[in-house]
Amino acid sequence: MSLIELHDLCKTYNTAAVPVRAVRNVSLQIEKQEFTAIVGPSGSGKTTLLNLIGGLDKPTGGSIFVEGKDIATLKANDLIDFRLHHIGFVFQAYNLIPVFTAKENVEFIMLLQGVSKAKREQRALELLESVGLGDRVNSFPTQLSGGQQQRVAVARALASRPSFVLADEPTANLDSHTAGALLDMMAQLNREFEMTFIFSTHDPRVIKRAHRVVTLEDGAVKSDIRQNEAAEGTE
Amino acid sequence: MYLTLSWRNLWRNKKRTLIAAASVFLAVLVAVVMRSMQIGSYAYMISSSVKFYTGYMQVQGNGYWENRSLNNSITLSEKQRAEIAQIPHVTSVVPRLEAFSLVSFGRVTKVAQVTGVDPATENNMTELKKRLVQGRYLTESPGGVLIAQGLADLLHVSVGDSVVLYGQGYHGVIAAAMLPVAGIVKFPIARMNNTMVFLTLTNAQDIYSTDGRITSLAVMLDDVRNQTDVFNALRSLVCDRYTLMTWEEMMPDLVQGIALDNASGLIMLIILYLVIAFGVFGTVMMMTTERAKEFGVLISVGMKRKRLIWVTTLETIFLAFLGAVSGAVVSLAVITYFHYHPIPITGSAASMFELLGVRPIFYFSTDPGLLINQALVVLLITLATALYPLFFIKRLQPVQAMHG
Ligand SMILES: Nc1ncnc2c1ncn2[C@@H]1O[C@H](COP(=O)(O)OP(=O)(O)O)[C@@H](O)[C@H]1O
Ligand SMILES: [Mg+2]
Repeated sequence: MSLIELHDLCKTYNTAAVPVRAVRNVSLQIEKQEFTAIVGPSGSGKTTLLNLIGGLDKPTGGSIFVEGKDIATLKANDLIDFRLHHIGFVFQAYNLIPVFTAKENVEFIMLLQGVSKAKREQRALELLESVGLGDRVNSFPTQLSGGQQQRVAVARALASRPSFVLADEPTANLDSHTAGALLDMMAQLNREFEMTFIFSTHDPRVIKRAHRVVTLEDGAVKSDIRQNEAAEGTE
Repeated sequence: MYLTLSWRNLWRNKKRTLIAAASVFLAVLVAVVMRSMQIGSYAYMISSSVKFYTGYMQVQGNGYWENRSLNNSITLSEKQRAEIAQIPHVTSVVPRLEAFSLVSFGRVTKVAQVTGVDPATENNMTELKKRLVQGRYLTESPGGVLIAQGLADLLHVSVGDSVVLYGQGYHGVIAAAMLPVAGIVKFPIARMNNTMVFLTLTNAQDIYSTDGRITSLAVMLDDVRNQTDVFNALRSLVCDRYTLMTWEEMMPDLVQGIALDNASGLIMLIILYLVIAFGVFGTVMMMTTERAKEFGVLISVGMKRKRLIWVTTLETIFLAFLGAVSGAVVSLAVITYFHYHPIPITGSAASMFELLGVRPIFYFSTDPGLLINQALVVLLITLATALYPLFFIKRLQPVQAMHG
């Protein structure tokens, strides 16, 4: 059984004018520990696909199994709980709670999970250390650069001990150097914590760091390539 | 941590939060001070008016209020009077015998309201002695009468002269007497100043052959708020042998005046509440909508809507309490100050008070119930605005919110 199995997945938006087929008949299997990039031009359906996998949106056809569970059958509140315990999210922007420090932002997700205060604090500090922000734990988001903010978001995504991390264009708002560094860090966490990452991007310099590249075109899978891991990390 | 989150969220936009809290604060302050002044002034007007003559209530013979006849007079034994005086919150009972008679001096004759009073208790209640402008106060012996100044002028009578009383006594007996004028009293109300004649109760009972009877027993209380309790106690004491008249029945004009003023006060309060409701609502609405993206992220990463609603509700609770509690504290200080340093009334409004012979002041009530009520109403109105984030978050679609 794969970690994530998509069978003939479809999502059609019924807009006023014409129905938009954002995701068409996507079948994919994603294994544990994979470091997968979903690529494609703007409007190709990357966000829609990730939202479907993350249980943020309902498919109009096909099915999504995460760890063998059909997430389309979950009720609204159970789905929120499922996301909390099984999926780590990194978004393009507005990831962090602006009135919380880096440490508090990472802690908060564990508070939602009901983790004790002592454990929360310890894990938050460890994670911030491993994303390279050990010296900025008490900084507020506005005091951090865009790259640093995304690192906190990655630390938060890992904090809940999810089955996998979904990152929708995490580097879109970063310059290419910072973007490369963030991806290197994610790749390192992928190795160290054996954490599965699925991220979308249309930045070629980011794409080359992925082990597997799934290319979308008009909502359908155009290609699915496994790259040599040796290509990673060389700037 | 949820508390911290709410508290810090509240101060994201310090100026806006302060303005909202200040408007809640001001609403409580204005509402409490306004109501305190109104309620306080009504109580002051009522206590001044009842003290003037009628008392808070009177025990009368059945039919006396309509007929004003000595034939409707009553006998209250010492024991009965003592029982009434012992009802909790009753401060004094004042017996009177009232009779309309003719008063003559020389060639002038006028109609007067002749009132037999117990000099000591009457003075305790109405401070009749203070109204003396000439002569001395009533005593059992030597007897004599007090004549209101206006009537004395009409009769051209002065202290030391003797006037003739002539009227009808109990059951049609002729009542006539010649009595020396002991003193002249001045009333601020013309109707009383031109008609009142006072003599001792025993003297009056003699002249009108009523043999220990009285026409009314005025009852004074410590506070108008205890009126209902006393009324009920009194009712069970006298059953239906006698009629009980309250000041509301005896002074309907006063009741109407208060009701009218109170209604306009309540309308102003409602306007105030509405202004506050919209002001705070606007702030809460802004605090909510500007964070739609953030809410979207939080629900996406696994925060239940219920928890998020709790966080936003806490923000409103903080805001409401901040304003309402500080408002309550400051208004308590303000009304306590004005309670002891009342504001003098000037202009035309003052004449109404002077008519009653009381100090023209705005009297402030320090009734804690009033403070609590107003603070609570404003608090609840503010809290009600928390319904906006509640519905907003319930309907929020995280995906749309994050990208919209
Ligand atoms: N909520 C929506 N309603 C209607 N059409 C949508 C909606 N979201 C996305 N789309 C359409 O679906 C297609 C795929 O969008 P998206 O998944 O955002 O692509 P990408 O993330 O690759 O840029 C686009 O044509 C977009 O216009
Ligand atoms: Mg996108």
